[in-house]
Amino acid sequence: MSMNTQGRPTAPQAASAAAAGSALLPEEPLLFEIGDHDHSGVDLPDVDVSDDRLGGLRRQSPLDLPGLTEPEAMRHYVRLSRRNYSIDSGMYPLGSCTMKHNPRLNEKMARLAGFADVHPLQPVSTVQGALGVIDELARWLMELTNTVAVAMSPKAGAHGELCGMMAIRAAHDAKGQGHRNIVLVPESAHGTNPATAAFLGYTVKSIDANENGTVDVEAVKAALSDDVAAIMLTNPNTCGLFEPQVIEIAQAVHEAGAYFYCDGANFNAIMGVVRPGDLGIDAMHINLHKTFSTPHGGGGPGAGPVVLSEALAPYAPVPFLRRDGDKLELIEHAGAESFGRLTAFHGQMGMYVRALTYMLSHGADGLAQAARDAVLNANYIKAKLRDVMSAPFNGQPVMHEALFDDTFLKGTGVTTLDFAKAMIDEGFHPMTMYFPLVVHGAMLIEPTESESLQTLDVFIAAMRDLVQDAKAGNVERFTSAPRRAPLSRLDETRAARQPRLKWTPLDNSREAAE
Amino acid sequence: MTIRYTEDHEYIRVEGKIGIVGISNYAQEQLGDIVFVELPSVGASYKKGDEVAVVESVKAASEIYAPVSGKVVEVNEKLNDEPGLINADAAGGGWLLKIELADEGELDALMDEAAYADHTA
Repeated sequence: MSMNTQGRPTAPQAASAAAAGSALLPEEPLLFEIGDHDHSGVDLPDVDVSDDRLGGLRRQSPLDLPGLTEPEAMRHYVRLSRRNYSIDSGMYPLGSCTMKHNPRLNEKMARLAGFADVHPLQPVSTVQGALGVIDELARWLMELTNTVAVAMSPKAGAHGELCGMMAIRAAHDAKGQGHRNIVLVPESAHGTNPATAAFLGYTVKSIDANENGTVDVEAVKAALSDDVAAIMLTNPNTCGLFEPQVIEIAQAVHEAGAYFYCDGANFNAIMGVVRPGDLGIDAMHINLHKTFSTPHGGGGPGAGPVVLSEALAPYAPVPFLRRDGDKLELIEHAGAESFGRLTAFHGQMGMYVRALTYMLSHGADGLAQAARDAVLNANYIKAKLRDVMSAPFNGQPVMHEALFDDTFLKGTGVTTLDFAKAMIDEGFHPMTMYFPLVVHGAMLIEPTESESLQTLDVFIAAMRDLVQDAKAGNVERFTSAPRRAPLSRLDETRAARQPRLKWTPLDNSREAAE
Repeated sequence: MTIRYTEDHEYIRVEGKIGIVGISNYAQEQLGDIVFVELPSVGASYKKGDEVAVVESVKAASEIYAPVSGKVVEVNEKLNDEPGLINADAAGGGWLLKIELADEGELDALMDEAAYADHTA
């Protein structure tokens, strides 16, 4: 039996108990498979309404709901939660996702009744405090990005892209430039960028990256024309690199009469250090669930506010806030320039409270420190692994995420997918893999500022151990992984070719008995 | 019979006026297990470079571009139930569609077997 660096056994037989789902981590059936018609967690009185009025249409068979006692229902969900892996249970280095710690202080603030219990249709005079939070958050976002307006209502990053691109389209229409139908997107962009442009009816034109993994201003200039509406550029980009020619690109784009949409997904690397407005951006979304530590999914809908430059500010959607002395007003109808309403209400109050709590508890200096620590952590991982793994683009320093390709696995019989699965057995959520597409077999690791030096060292040791084993020919450890997870390797091909999209009862004995 | 390849890894095997289009064995290996294929309607016309089909694998969804201009005269219906045919026999039973060539001259711009081998080396 070999021991890995965390002192856990790595031989396959040692893992079988957990993999089979026994002892303290049992297989979990569905509620419908546990419950029956005869139990209920609550005592309901007998129905005292006469059947006559139903005209003989009274239900003849029991309602097929799973009856469970309260302890049974509670245990079901607690057991399911134990099978989950989250940032609260361990390192989650998913690249470009910025899986940072969600401070409990955020949760405490979001649960204050004045924020948690407000209703979007309440009179504005009764929610001045809540509006004050939105207003202050908006001012922080504008300050951090050096922009003059912010649309708060988009519900997530891709929704923010849609909002920003709709503002750009409205601006072109207003200037009689509605014929512009091309959007430039570098090949390393997030998939949502071309999808957003295409959704709005634009033709997407791809811009190749240069050998350093960044975008050349000359390549952008060559693609610009009177038909180009905008460029959608991610900075820092998905290779974890800061675009060194971003200012020149912005200038070229503006000279051609187009706008610069910046994907702010990776803002965590530069928050408080670089103001995107100074780089010449016209619109940028900010994923509050990435940069400002609100929950990723599960915690309710997200929020992706979009900051706007002076050129685009008039086209922002409604509703927005206007301060009149001490009073905040919600402007529901704006001038003809606004592109209109994007969402029914103003946005996600719970996310706003959490994000502002994060900002206020860190302070301006603390936010800049968080960005610097995130960059330092990513470079630490890169520096500690580059001798055994392979880093593309000449191994230059990175921003918030360390990118490796699969050159170091060549000839081992281990793929990036196998490597990622083996990381699960070491107790880590895998990194982002096979993305960005410009790098073969990509492994994109983003530790964020949340991880301590000790955690990073344990992660690095586990990675080095895996690399050593792969190179030593221990392919079995990878191809059979994961062995310690609640479920072992899934048959993705069969799942896609023969998907089971509908639940069917395990046995029909219950129905037969009725 | 001539076989030609595009830079995007489609092949076209020409028999008379009809070209049989599929993806190369190299492309099939890179994509991994194919799980879904979206085929065009018979009778539809495409220009060279138009998106004519979509092949989805466990790794990625890839657009298939028409290697030449022309009209689709037949599609490989078998792929609807057995997309894995592309993995098993990309050059044979895993063909995607047959196209009636509008301009045989367009073939000249494509790669022959040797040039494609160089391209993927």
